[in-house]
Amino acid sequence: MTEAPATGELLRTPLHAVHQELGGRMVPFAGYEMPVQYGSIIEEHRTVRSAVGLFDLSHMGEVEVRGEEAVAFLRYALVSDPGALVTGQAQYSMLCDTDGGIIDDLIVYRLEDQRFWIVCNASNRAAVVEQLTALTDHGDFGAEIEDRSDRTSLIAPQGPNAAALLGELTGVDLDTIGNYRAAQGTVAGVECLVARTGYTGEDGFELFCDAARARDLWEAVSAAGDGHGLRPCGLGARDTLRLEAGMPLYGNELGRDTNPFEVNLGRVVKLEKGEFIGRAALQAVQQGGPERKLIGLQMIDNAIPRAGYEVLAAGTAVGHVTSGTLSPTLGTKVAMALVVADAAGVGNTFEVVVRERPQRAEQVKLPFYKRQRD
Amino acid sequence: MSLPDDLAYSREHEWVRVDGSQATIGITSFAADELGDIVFVELPDVGAALSQFAAFGVVESVKAVSDLFAPVSGEVVEVNEALQDAPELMNSDPFGSGWIAKVELADNAELDALMDAAAYADETA
Repeated sequence: MTEAPATGELLRTPLHAVHQELGGRMVPFAGYEMPVQYGSIIEEHRTVRSAVGLFDLSHMGEVEVRGEEAVAFLRYALVSDPGALVTGQAQYSMLCDTDGGIIDDLIVYRLEDQRFWIVCNASNRAAVVEQLTALTDHGDFGAEIEDRSDRTSLIAPQGPNAAALLGELTGVDLDTIGNYRAAQGTVAGVECLVARTGYTGEDGFELFCDAARARDLWEAVSAAGDGHGLRPCGLGARDTLRLEAGMPLYGNELGRDTNPFEVNLGRVVKLEKGEFIGRAALQAVQQGGPERKLIGLQMIDNAIPRAGYEVLAAGTAVGHVTSGTLSPTLGTKVAMALVVADAAGVGNTFEVVVRERPQRAEQVKLPFYKRQRD
Repeated sequence: MSLPDDLAYSREHEWVRVDGSQATIGITSFAADELGDIVFVELPDVGAALSQFAAFGVVESVKAVSDLFAPVSGEVVEVNEALQDAPELMNSDPFGSGWIAKVELADNAELDALMDAAAYADETA
């Protein structure tokens, strides 16, 4: 259970004491005090790519939507079609506003025929609940919204060794849980929703459990992890991992002033499913083509591109960097940037303004990193 | 990491090793640990004039960009090119092979404004 804060204090997940015991460097994030790293961000990042890293993501939001009209409601509220999910299947989606702007990106899980979970960003949890509640009321849908975030914890073992590790702790047959599938089960005696989802570009799982059992689950997974090269990983590595994998981050690539089509997420929007919030605006964007485009950049000159840096094409301002870093896996300096659509093209050269000096970069295909699949 | 006691230290976590009329400068282990993995260093140009406590370069970790502040004034006579390919030397050996630059000291009296190892240790305790 998260502790009720005094005004202005940060919230804590049930694993706060564990992070401190592990030497986690705690920072404010979305109103929570979270570990950004325990030691070296680069080592934590590499551990996820080569073995298994363990993340505490309990700050994220879990909102249950259930009822006779749960499907109809979610088809109306989200841009994707959750009606197409079978029980135990999940999809990436977005909640957009009537102007097509993104309120949040999220994953929706179909747990039962008429019971869904929406897992959303901690920073947008209140906005998501508010929007869903307003829509059920306004549309008179037979669906109930329940914010279960405070009673739900989430820990995520991510990496090529995650399946072998988890296999030792659960009776759930992990071969039956493919990518973007989930099942209820017990892990080390703790009841969990076991989901094969993640934000790292590696194979991995997200384990949702009762907040009261979070510590037991973390400790059991950590202990078993010793034999698989497990390392606890913080939000710093989470960010470099998702950036390498070309995955957008709300607040950087996504926001109220971006629409799905300009950030390579047009495939998530199912315009043909029927009426939904934002449909008219999004259809117009799709038909006319988005004005901006999210592209991948790799630096030619020796400088690190960072969020907010201006991007030029032959000296003319065309956009800005949304996220940038030194890629620990590739060793290259990379960024995602939102630029005027006409300027985009793989192989095109741009300049990123770093401390007032233009530094050359080349547009490359996204993602920067893709894991080997057997 | 223990603080070498033959160095002078600034509040901004830089160190100075005096050698005759010249001095070698770098960042301390405290600064390096605070930054975490250092992935990029923007070195000053040889010939640049450093001014005590003014920014003269940049050090970047995975997540952040930080200014470097000169602990002493002087003309840069040499920079540590090794940091271009191996910025992590500032983490692994901040007082040795992770040095940043060598300067021709402008005014030895400036060293009075710096701390010795014991005082710096107290500051960062």
